[in-house]
Amino acid sequence: MPTRLFALVGMALLLALAALQPWLRFVLTLALATGLAVLGIAVLLRAGQVSFGHALYVAIGAYTVAFARPLVGEALALLALAVLAASASGLVIGLFVSRYRDIFFGMLNLAFSMVLYSLLEKLYWLTRGTDGIRIARPDLFGFALSARDYEWGLFALAAVFALTSGALVARYLLTPAGQALSALKTGETRLEFLGISARRVLYQAYCVSAALAGLAGGLIALATLHVTPLLAYWTHSGELVFVAILGGTANMLGPFLGAIVFELVRVYAAAAFPDAWQMILGLVLLVIVLAAARGLVGVIEDAWMRARRSK
Amino acid sequence: MQLLLLAVLDGLAYAAQLFMVAVGLTLVFGVLKILNVAHGSLFAIGAYTASTLVGLIGTPDLSLIALALAALAVGAVAGPLIERGLLARIYDKEHVLQLLVTFALFMILEDVQKLLWGVKPLFEDAPVRLLGPIVVGDIYYTAYQLVLMPSVAAASLLILVWFLRRTLLGRTILAVTHDREAAQAIGIDARRVYLLAFTIGAGLAALGGALAAPTTSLVPGIGVQMIVLSFAVVATAGLGQIEGAAVTALLIGLGRSFAVYFAPELEVVVPYLLMVAVLLVRPEGLFGRSELRRI
Amino acid sequence: MTQTTRRQLTAFALATLAAPWILPRRALGQQKPSELRIGISTFLSGPASVFGVPGRNAAELLIEQMNARGGIAGVPIKALVIDEAPGVNFLLGECRRLAQNENVDVMLASISSASCLAVAPLAEELRLPNIMWDCGTQRIFEEGTWRYSVRTQANAVPEIVAPLLYLLKVRPDVQTIAVVNQDYAWGRDSWAIFKTALEAIKPGVRIVAELFPKFGATDFSTEITRLQALRPDVVFSTSWGGELDTFIRQAAERRLFERSLFVLPLAESSLERVGKTLPEGVIVGARGDHWFLHPIAKDTEKLKTFVSEYRKRYGHYPIYPTFHMAQALFALEAAYTRAIAANGGVWPSREQLMDNLRGLEFDHLTGRMKIREDGQGLEPMLIGVTKHVPEFPFPVLDHMVLFPPELTMNPIGTKGLEWVKGLTMDMVAKAPAPIPYRA
Repeated sequence: MPTRLFALVGMALLLALAALQPWLRFVLTLALATGLAVLGIAVLLRAGQVSFGHALYVAIGAYTVAFARPLVGEALALLALAVLAASASGLVIGLFVSRYRDIFFGMLNLAFSMVLYSLLEKLYWLTRGTDGIRIARPDLFGFALSARDYEWGLFALAAVFALTSGALVARYLLTPAGQALSALKTGETRLEFLGISARRVLYQAYCVSAALAGLAGGLIALATLHVTPLLAYWTHSGELVFVAILGGTANMLGPFLGAIVFELVRVYAAAAFPDAWQMILGLVLLVIVLAAARGLVGVIEDAWMRARRSK
Repeated sequence: MQLLLLAVLDGLAYAAQLFMVAVGLTLVFGVLKILNVAHGSLFAIGAYTASTLVGLIGTPDLSLIALALAALAVGAVAGPLIERGLLARIYDKEHVLQLLVTFALFMILEDVQKLLWGVKPLFEDAPVRLLGPIVVGDIYYTAYQLVLMPSVAAASLLILVWFLRRTLLGRTILAVTHDREAAQAIGIDARRVYLLAFTIGAGLAALGGALAAPTTSLVPGIGVQMIVLSFAVVATAGLGQIEGAAVTALLIGLGRSFAVYFAPELEVVVPYLLMVAVLLVRPEGLFGRSELRRI
Repeated sequence: MTQTTRRQLTAFALATLAAPWILPRRALGQQKPSELRIGISTFLSGPASVFGVPGRNAAELLIEQMNARGGIAGVPIKALVIDEAPGVNFLLGECRRLAQNENVDVMLASISSASCLAVAPLAEELRLPNIMWDCGTQRIFEEGTWRYSVRTQANAVPEIVAPLLYLLKVRPDVQTIAVVNQDYAWGRDSWAIFKTALEAIKPGVRIVAELFPKFGATDFSTEITRLQALRPDVVFSTSWGGELDTFIRQAAERRLFERSLFVLPLAESSLERVGKTLPEGVIVGARGDHWFLHPIAKDTEKLKTFVSEYRKRYGHYPIYPTFHMAQALFALEAAYTRAIAANGGVWPSREQLMDNLRGLEFDHLTGRMKIREDGQGLEPMLIGVTKHVPEFPFPVLDHMVLFPPELTMNPIGTKGLEWVKGLTMDMVAKAPAPIPYRA
């Protein structure tokens, strides 16, 4: 399947959508940002590891933007800080969690994220608790933009980050370290026999995923201009894994496709059934897991193959 | 000194509640190797059913029986329904997919619960009033929280351990837990064991809910609160460790009540800090055994 | 997987992408619209739905009644309700959708203060008139000026100062006090206001415990044990919903009410649910000038019909979010009427609507209130003590005092938390005379 072509066509489609439906600009920006975090989840899934706490890094990225905003006026600089803070946290926390596998890995991540969540709520004098912190709209690319242009700018930024991150991660997965991730999933001991440190391989992947989640958090904060502790809550971490499976992890398009479909389903389900949108999301997830375990990307791949064969 | 005693009593009552939720979760994980995210929803449904039943029966004298019946009913209906209808289809899939199926179930059940019982807080405390207060020093406790809940928790623990270690059926469950292939080779029907274990687990969640119901207002979202806390208990104890869950529930219960007395600001963070601290030192949990790596 | 389900999935995905074009679009315009579209954000899930759903119900009922009268100035109203429970990110997306795709004319947002703080700047950006219908934080109009947002009820400052004045009036000798608040912004803010004001009016009162159980807690046994041991004169709690119900029940079961006087500024919303478990003599507030047995409006046709209709349809008595929703809708109606009159009968622009919301005086179900120039509502505060009467299976309010906003609300340009530092015992003396309960 020609991933690059699909990515560019998909991006063009998104651009058209955003142009035709102004409100979607914001929703799609968030979706692309979420896709970045999910891309990180997908990297870890390569190694067979599920983090049930990556909302931690999204929240770190987002709160970094909120805390740094009074001192920094440029969105790109804020994003850099968000990535830096999340990566630094990932570097430290990764030292611990990369020793663990499977459910322990997931649980430890969950624990860290819940500690941060509790702190964000608890340290009221610093974080304003559940009220959250408002962020003044920063400059973008050095310009003080109008609300509309700022929205466009962020959308474009998210799109560029999505494309480049997707490409970079795809390349990373082709390197020996990336290849070792799949080996870690199928037979960790064999990997060690080859003289490769499984822990180190996972550590690298973990840091990559933390950085991506931090970038996602930074973008989300810049788009919503308001951050709350809910960003770090465990259900949010669960959603990231949900999106990863929904989109499929075999291909770099999956996380973004998943994120976009997730957001749109949620929006339309909430509009049609305000009392039962959660149930609909749950049903969608069930259908995907039971009927199309490779996610939406898998569905598309199959369709593509069939179309080529029938030609 | 009195303060210390009070803190211990409070911690005990809270630990009983925690244990009741966590034990079912850990049992299900031990046997099925699935972390059931929807466990908290079963807790909530058990609680709502119990409150409704107590209200329907109306006679306070029968209210304790109503609680037990509600738990039994929810376990017997929801357990097999979920295991056969959903989980049985995914045993051969990756862990992450299994986890997500229960996550999806959790999302669905959250709304089901809302559609069935609405959003108005439900409160039915007939069982608490039935048992009346107990005075310790000059402090009033309710017998329900100070005596009944810890007793039920202790009884559940003892019965469960006896069942698993001393009865044939229980040992079959343990056999499947330890080595599924070997167990099947000697003619054990693993599928039936899974069904049984999940039903017991669901029943325990519902019982935890039913027991908690008379002491608290039932509102949408109580399952969400419960699940993450029981995750903390189960992971700290070591996944699949039943006695360990009891000890950990006590630790967290006491930790929390001492926090309320001596450092109220720490109350919320206590369970998670404990979890992080334990997992960092002993990744397999306080009582977990590290598994042999399979090639 | 079969071919059909795969195809269905693809079709579903395509339908989702195509849906924006399927949803209705409507042209913008200054001429009288064919309908007035109102977006309402409220909690439909999670613990706060105990307020959100009664609010939504009130909107449903009142809009139906308004439409039966021909709507606002002959324009029928259509409400689009969204759930604010998934958090700010989702809500901001939904508000954009309502504004840009559903073309709502007005937004009524929200219950959570976080939602209100986040929506206010968006309303400016979208030039979307926004009525904050229930959120309480005083920070919104103290830390920002908003062209497109107003609030049609009071805020945290009077909601806390009024019960404090009431307490000091009935128990001027209070020596010790303890607090049990939910651990989130409202719990912290309300305690900060109470504590600061108390220290100003009556310095030397000892605070013996500050307990903040986690938001959504289901058990307060430990807190109650501690309060029993400490025996404070007064226990203050601004908790609400299921947590307040639990706290009241557990405190009653363990006879805490016999040892301390309780001050519960939000307990009006729990009265019917907790019933006579809540003993007599507890100080209770209603977050404003409303109650279904409001001492002044009690016998008016308007309130009586509303209460009986509401009860018939939803099975319980209206609580404060119901009245807050009514205030928002009546304010909207009054503002449109005023703006149309000022505009020579022509349908007003959004800016004209906002100008007429500011300074507006309007009647609601239980009284009359005003919106200040900065957008903040000025609403009296109803405080009373519980009393058991045979005609209701739950406590009613007695010795009700209606605290006027002049006594409890900080003036424009001041910050509430600073302003309460200047409060004195005089304010207590200035409180109006109490009104007894009448059957």
